[in-house]
Amino acid sequence: MSSEGFDVQYVARLAHLELGDDEARRFSGQLGDILKYMEKLRQLDVEGVEPTMHGHGRTNAFREDEPVQSVDQDLFLANAPERTGDEYRLPKIVEDA
Amino acid sequence: MEFKDWTVASAAEAMRNGEISSVELVKALIAEKNARDGDIQAYLTFDEDGAIAAASEADSRRAAGDTSPLLGIPVAVKDLINVRGQPCTCASKILEGYVSPYDATVIARLKAAGAVCAGRVNMDEFAMGSSTENSAFKTTRNPHDLSRVPGGSSGGSAAAVAGGEAVCALGTDTGGSIRQPASFCGIVGFKPTYGRVSRYGVTAFASSLDQVGPMTKTVEDSAMLAQALFGADPHDGTTALNPVPDFASALRGASLKGLRIGLPREYFVPGTAPEVTEIVKAAIAKCADAGAEIVDVSLPHTEYAMAVYYIVAPAEASANLARFDGVRYGHRSEKSDDVMSLYCRSRAEGFGQEVKRRIILGTYVLSSGYYDAYYGRAQRVRTLIRRDFDEAFGKVDFLLTPVAPTPAFKVGELQDPLSMYLNDLFTIPASLAGLPAISVPAGATAAGLPVGVQFIAPSFADAPLLACARAFEDTMA
Repeated sequence: MSSEGFDVQYVARLAHLELGDDEARRFSGQLGDILKYMEKLRQLDVEGVEPTMHGHGRTNAFREDEPVQSVDQDLFLANAPERTGDEYRLPKIVEDA
Repeated sequence: MEFKDWTVASAAEAMRNGEISSVELVKALIAEKNARDGDIQAYLTFDEDGAIAAASEADSRRAAGDTSPLLGIPVAVKDLINVRGQPCTCASKILEGYVSPYDATVIARLKAAGAVCAGRVNMDEFAMGSSTENSAFKTTRNPHDLSRVPGGSSGGSAAAVAGGEAVCALGTDTGGSIRQPASFCGIVGFKPTYGRVSRYGVTAFASSLDQVGPMTKTVEDSAMLAQALFGADPHDGTTALNPVPDFASALRGASLKGLRIGLPREYFVPGTAPEVTEIVKAAIAKCADAGAEIVDVSLPHTEYAMAVYYIVAPAEASANLARFDGVRYGHRSEKSDDVMSLYCRSRAEGFGQEVKRRIILGTYVLSSGYYDAYYGRAQRVRTLIRRDFDEAFGKVDFLLTPVAPTPAFKVGELQDPLSMYLNDLFTIPASLAGLPAISVPAGATAAGLPVGVQFIAPSFADAPLLACARAFEDTMA
C-alpha cells in the first residue's frame, strides 16, 4: 500500500475523465497527500476480520416480480441531450467495414 | 406571528385551528425568501406558482376533512432529491437543465402526508464537501454571520431553516452532511439509522452510507418529518423491514433522568476549538444535572474512521457517478467526435474539482492491484469501528460528542482538501456504523456562532434517540 507511482492520468482514463495538465499536476499532489494519510490503516491487524459492506445486515431483499405502471417514456427522453424519435442519439460506435 | 417563528408543529396546529391557511403560509415563505435570500443564497430554484398551487390543494384537502399530519407544511428540498417536474441539479453543471421524471420515495411519502415541496436548496456538488462552497452555482452564507459558511453538504437546507426562509428542510447525510451544517447554523439535524429511509430517487453518492433526514428548528419537528419519511420501500432493497416507531408517543414525557450517556474519550482530544469544548462540557453538566448518568467510554478505532471513509465513500461515488456520461441526460460536450471522447469530455466539462478528485481517488482504490490494500482493508477496519460502538452500547444508552471540531469557518478559509475532510472527524464514525445520530443546538460562541452537540444511538434506536434529544433541548431551554 503506497502512493508511489500514482499515475493520475492513467487513473483518469480508467474513470473516463479528461484532465488538463494543470489539473493533473494539482490532483497528483493532493491525492498523494490523501493516500499518505490512508496509510495509517496499515497499522492495524485485520486478519480474519469480516468486511462490512453496508450499514446493516439485510441481504437478498426479494419481492414478487409483478408488472407495474412505469413512468412515461417521454419524460425520460425529454432529458436526452440528443434524440431521434424514441431513441437516444450518439456518435457512431461501430467502425466502417 | 412572524414567519421565522413557525415550526412544523406550530404551523400544523395553526392550520388545524383555521388560524392560517397553507396558501398564506407559503406566500409568507416566498416573501421572506425574496427578502432574505439575496444575502443568504440558500435556494437554487423555487417554483412559486407550483408551491402556491400545492398549498391551495392542501387547503382543499383540509376543507374536505383530510387530517394528514403534514398537511400544508412547506418543506425545502436538497437539490439531489427528485421531485417530479422540478429541476434536480445536485449543484452540478453536469445536470443543468435536468427535469425529474418522477418523485423520490421520500417525496412521495411527504406529499402523501400533505407536505408542500417548496424550493430546492443549495449543496456541495453531489454532496461532496463540508461547506457548500463546492456548489457549481452559488456560495450559500451562514445566516448568523454572512462571511462564514453554513457547513455542508446540506448547507442550503440548514441556512434556509436557520435564516427564517423555510419552516423545515430535507438534507442527506453520508459522513455528516446533515449534522455538521445543523451545528454550524444552530438547528436540529437528524441522520436516521441506515436503511430506515428509502434512497430511491435520491441521487447516490455513497450507497452504503447515504441517508435522508430532516433539518428543523426543533426535535419535535424532526420527529414529525421522520414519521412520514420512515419505512420499507420496494424500490430500495436496503430499506429495513422493522416496524416504524410511533415518534409522538416516544417523545411524550421524554426525560434524561436515569439515562446512561457515554463520552467517548477519543472525541475529547486536543485539536477541537476551546470554545466548542467549553460548550460541549457545559451541555454534559446540564445532562448530569437533569439526572443522566455520565459514563466514560472508549471507541479505540476512531482515529482510523476518516481514512476508512475517504476510501469507501469515493470508491462508491466513482461507481455511482459513472452514470453521468452525456448519453441519456445531463451535459454533453460539443467537442466530441467519438463515443469515448464524448464520455471523457462531457464529464470533464460537467464535474467540478472536488467531484473529479473523489472520482479519481475512488477509481484508484478500486483499481487492480490496489483493491485489497485500500478498499478491502477499509471495509475490514469498518467492521472494527462498528464493533467499538457495539461494545460501548453494552454500557451506555447514548453517546454524546461534539459535532465538528470548530464553529462555522470563513468562506474561502479552508483551501486544502485534507483539512476540509477533517471537519467530518466526529460525524463519520456513526455513518460508517450505520447508526442514528442527531445534532442539537447547545449554545453559541462569544462571536455568536452556534455550536451543537451530537447524540449517537444504537441501530434502530431512532425513537429513543429523538426522545433523548428532546429532553436535552428542554434542559437547555
